[in-house]
Amino acid sequence: MDMTWSSAAEIAAAVSSGKRTATSVAEAALARIAARNGELNAFTAVLHERALQRAAAIDAALARGEPQGPLAGVPFAVKNLIDVAGIPTLAGSKINRSHPPAGRDATLIERLEAAGAVLVGALNMGEYAYDFTGENVHHANSRNPHNPDHMTGGSSGGSGGAVAGGLVPLALGSDTNGSIRVPSSFCGIFGLKPTYGRLSRARSFPFVASLDHLGPFARSTRDLALAYDAMQGFDAADPVCADRPVEPVLPLLEQGIGGLRIATAGGYFRKGNFPEAVEAVERVSKALGATREVEIPEAGRARAAAYVITATEGAALHLDRLRNQAMDFDPAVRDRLIAGAMVPSALVIKAQKFRRWYREQMLALFETVDVIIAPATPCTAPMIGQQTFVIDGVELPVRANVGIYTQPISFIGLPVVAAPLPLSPLPIAVQLIAAPWREDILLRTAAALEQMGVAVAPRPQS
Amino acid sequence: MTAPPDPLDQFIEAAARSLNLQVAPEWLPAVKANLQVTLQLGAIVEQFQLPDEAEPAPVFKA
Repeated sequence: MDMTWSSAAEIAAAVSSGKRTATSVAEAALARIAARNGELNAFTAVLHERALQRAAAIDAALARGEPQGPLAGVPFAVKNLIDVAGIPTLAGSKINRSHPPAGRDATLIERLEAAGAVLVGALNMGEYAYDFTGENVHHANSRNPHNPDHMTGGSSGGSGGAVAGGLVPLALGSDTNGSIRVPSSFCGIFGLKPTYGRLSRARSFPFVASLDHLGPFARSTRDLALAYDAMQGFDAADPVCADRPVEPVLPLLEQGIGGLRIATAGGYFRKGNFPEAVEAVERVSKALGATREVEIPEAGRARAAAYVITATEGAALHLDRLRNQAMDFDPAVRDRLIAGAMVPSALVIKAQKFRRWYREQMLALFETVDVIIAPATPCTAPMIGQQTFVIDGVELPVRANVGIYTQPISFIGLPVVAAPLPLSPLPIAVQLIAAPWREDILLRTAAALEQMGVAVAPRPQS
Repeated sequence: MTAPPDPLDQFIEAAARSLNLQVAPEWLPAVKANLQVTLQLGAIVEQFQLPDEAEPAPVFKA
């Protein structure tokens, strides 16, 4: 069994059947992290003792004949804005290093471990999640396993690098404007940004309360579904978490795409693409038989409104720190947050009013279509440190424009699966978008693309 | 002759004072550039006509 590229499903089956011990799996993951993290800089904390203790407990329980969960022995890691008991929740910052250690794991960690998974560490990210690059001035840059000179994308950069680099089969990240979907695209892995309110955010460091989501990364649709199913369910500790029944997706994965109305996003989403993004959308549209094009109304304005809400809510969150610890921020993040504090509140309320209007239009659109295909990023991963790229003949800043296709979607909390395509020399993903609460449709569609060989998490050369 | 002061510079100075934020002179160009982009995008949002009765969309459950 190749532990550097085995799926979570394969590992859980091997551990549950006694072919591998959870301890040997955890040891292999820790060894792989030790061997590769120096280059990839995906981890900011490796939890040797905790992981081995947890694995030993699983092995002991299995030896007593007690079945473990569907993720038995599966190593996973979390973006370092998710609370891990015993270590400070950094959220990519220098400032939070002085915070006391978290007293309790985040709800999503508790749920994954209840399903048998084994937490092995915390992952690098852009400072306070205000980032699309995976670069970090305090903890050094996350590096792309397909070419370490290139960005992982952000802000969940370590999550992308750890899964694409074979350090863990499963990771958690957060997505406010694209921070799961962008690293999925640049690193060539599957990512799920669920419906806003579907998965608990309890005991994670916030960024923009109106737009924050948590979700999983994996190298297969099945692994995404396994993790997603284990994490679903109401949690009173997150006031946004919806009181909905658990709706397992795993049993539906093989249902295929029969009967689904699938279309490609036109207009705004056809502009500003590099050739690789055009090719990715074309390949997926062809494979899914999507001949129809739909217009997402006012997508550009939706992106603008998301930008305004992000700037201002982010600024409000950090206002005291901007007053008292301004020199301890990444200067690029600090200057954006200071500017956000100065935006007139009338514009923010207008943005929130527009948000409801836009949601109504999108819900109406979903009466005629089940899945919308759109690019995830305009291009494959830029070089680390690259400041600008040229789109349609116009030189634009990378940081502000990597998320142009993700922001109009997360703005109203629609569920999205980022499905990777193994283009050369670097992969890229497309977004599969559905109506609220229809993650099942998206994971079925991604599974069909995977079965056709169209969506694949490519294995890096090193 | 000196150029007339840019109203946005004056706005940043006044906003920083009212918010009790220290903005070092060398940060000003980036703060201004970021604020300009956000205000431009805010204007795009603001130009969209909605009825007085339109409800904002923050999610809150009591």
